[in-house]
Amino acid sequence: MKLLTGNDLKSGLVIWWTGDGWSPRVEGAVDAGDQGESILAVEEAARRVNASYIVDAEGGMPVHIKERVRAAGPTVRADLAVNPDIVIEKA
Amino acid sequence: MYKYDNYDQAMVDARVQEFRGQVERRLAGKITEDQFKPLRLMNGLYLQLHAYMLRVAIPYGTLNSGQMHMLAHIARKYDRGYGHFTTRQNIQYNWIKLEECPDLLDELASVEMHAIQTSGNCIRNISSDQYAGAAADEVADPRPWAELLRQWSSFHPEFSYLPRKFKFAVIAADEDRAAMRLHDIGIQLVKKDGVLGAKFFVGGGMGRTPMIGPEIRDFVPAEDLLSYTEACLRVYNRYGRRDNMYKARIKILVHEIGADEYRRQVEEEFAHVKTLGIDPPLAEFERITEYFAPPAFSADADAKLDRSDPDFAVWLDQNVKPHKQDGYSIVNISLKPIEGISGDASADQIDAMADIAERYSFDELRVTHAQNIVLPHVAKRDLHAVWSALRNEDLADANLDLISDIIACPGLDYCSLANARSIPVAQKIAKRFENLDRQRDLGELKLKISGCINACGHHHAGHIGILGVDRKGVENYQLTFGGSGAEDVSVGKIIGPGFDEDGVVDAVEKATEVYKEQREDGERFLDTYRRIGVAPFKEAIYAK
Ligand code: HEM
Ligand code: SF4
Repeated sequence: MKLLTGNDLKSGLVIWWTGDGWSPRVEGAVDAGDQGESILAVEEAARRVNASYIVDAEGGMPVHIKERVRAAGPTVRADLAVNPDIVIEKA
Repeated sequence: MYKYDNYDQAMVDARVQEFRGQVERRLAGKITEDQFKPLRLMNGLYLQLHAYMLRVAIPYGTLNSGQMHMLAHIARKYDRGYGHFTTRQNIQYNWIKLEECPDLLDELASVEMHAIQTSGNCIRNISSDQYAGAAADEVADPRPWAELLRQWSSFHPEFSYLPRKFKFAVIAADEDRAAMRLHDIGIQLVKKDGVLGAKFFVGGGMGRTPMIGPEIRDFVPAEDLLSYTEACLRVYNRYGRRDNMYKARIKILVHEIGADEYRRQVEEEFAHVKTLGIDPPLAEFERITEYFAPPAFSADADAKLDRSDPDFAVWLDQNVKPHKQDGYSIVNISLKPIEGISGDASADQIDAMADIAERYSFDELRVTHAQNIVLPHVAKRDLHAVWSALRNEDLADANLDLISDIIACPGLDYCSLANARSIPVAQKIAKRFENLDRQRDLGELKLKISGCINACGHHHAGHIGILGVDRKGVENYQLTFGGSGAEDVSVGKIIGPGFDEDGVVDAVEKATEVYKEQREDGERFLDTYRRIGVAPFKEAIYAK
């Protein structure tokens, strides 16, 4: 599956495409299928997302460690985590 | 400390105004991100893994208390209550909002600071010896020279679009505390027959192709310093490789054409540049130098220290260094508590350091390339009070230059270029060696970690270096031994196959055991490694 991520233009915070908007939490992200490019074009133009890109995912979680850290927040600052329960390392 | 004149302040203020307009246009959709990105980068604003990151320049790592308080204020008001001091003697904030950035920069400008030239292919913040003006071994204070270079390089039109970024270090002692030879241009002030001048080393650097800068000139008279520097840059600007980003640094040019040919071209260019009259008149240089006049030292030269508190005594031995003025000392504040994050300090800690500097160090602080803070001028009679005040803020770790005084880049916890996390590895190693007696028994051991080959964490220069790599989507760590960023400069060598996070901690521990078995009197880890070679270490580390 394909997730869409980017940053909020004003705050810079990481956001994920939920199907009808953007959420800071990856748990709300939906599979964009083959619509990623076209959704991002519309959303970028409307400035609802910045520096967006398409992410490979399995079971709602990004495959690559970099996007899992993006979804989790810094792993060394529990107080600043978005979701500390996300497993960073693949089993 | 240097004080902005009207030109400096007007330039910085105008830049903030300009950026405010650019941000407004971006937020209103009048310019695209592709158009805006180079503009925000010129003002130090990156987009990182989690948010916008702002890099603030701290010229040659020198700050006054008011500026330090401002850094705390920014951490509190615009960020999440902390900042990260970097190996380039700067500070980075990890959670800046685009819409608030112009206000932040306005506040920064009010204390003569900015984020200009902290990104892009220009001359970056000039770094220097954190003990400048205080060290007993310096031939002159390097800061007026660094300041001169700062003024010369700020908005220098010819060098605002170089083939690649460009980093200077200026030192003035034989002991190299600034990794000078690992900069694009390293300048060492020296005296020859009583006359002040500079040795030039050009083409050092880290990154994917680490190189030690060769000596290009053994003596450039002080009055020619800017002309000679300009000639070095001109040759690079003309011939540096713009076709390939990975070959664009000056180190590649110097390496490809050879130091002799590069030197010849610089000399030729210098002969021409010298006719242009760009070196400042002596009066201007003296004006700058006056700002760095020594403070009004007055302490009792033979103050006796009460070493009866053992924790205080250890801190004195580890973190306090001799000062050129009798009765004074240089205090190092470690930003490496065992469970902490290298180089991070909370707003409260930053404020506390500013207060302590105001009261006990003539209002001055320094940032070091090892991500620590220095109070350059503390009277010996005040050392106990300073230590107590630092201890109240968890800033009195007595681990300077020991194995837990680890340089670590932000790595995959913050950086979008990273392959692997750096901070958790640093934390595990520090924890493993938590016992201070054990650390002190191991002595000076510089451990440096980067989360990718860009080498922001100076791993090439670590006695032990750790480099994070991506092995099929899994974090993996390569070990290098034998690097040094000091006057015995060298680039570390990879010892063998990489490790996972716990594996690398174990490997480091095994290496220290080999060192303990093999060391001779007075040898540091690095010395033993250089004497016996890598084989005994490999044997212990990779033994099945
Ligand atoms: C988080 C955002 C950062 C980005 C995007 C970044 C990017 C880079 C890149 C691309 C290089 C390689 C340049 C080259 O070889 O041409 C580099 C080198 C370097 N960076 Fe960073 N870096 C970041 C953070 C830091 C931090 C936090 C520090 C200090 C702790 C730092 C200090 C350095 C140093 C010392 C070098 C190597 C020296 C050299 O240029 O040869 N950087 N950085
Ligand atoms: S070394 Fe790599 S991971 Fe570390 S801060 Fe630099 S670019 Fe990021």
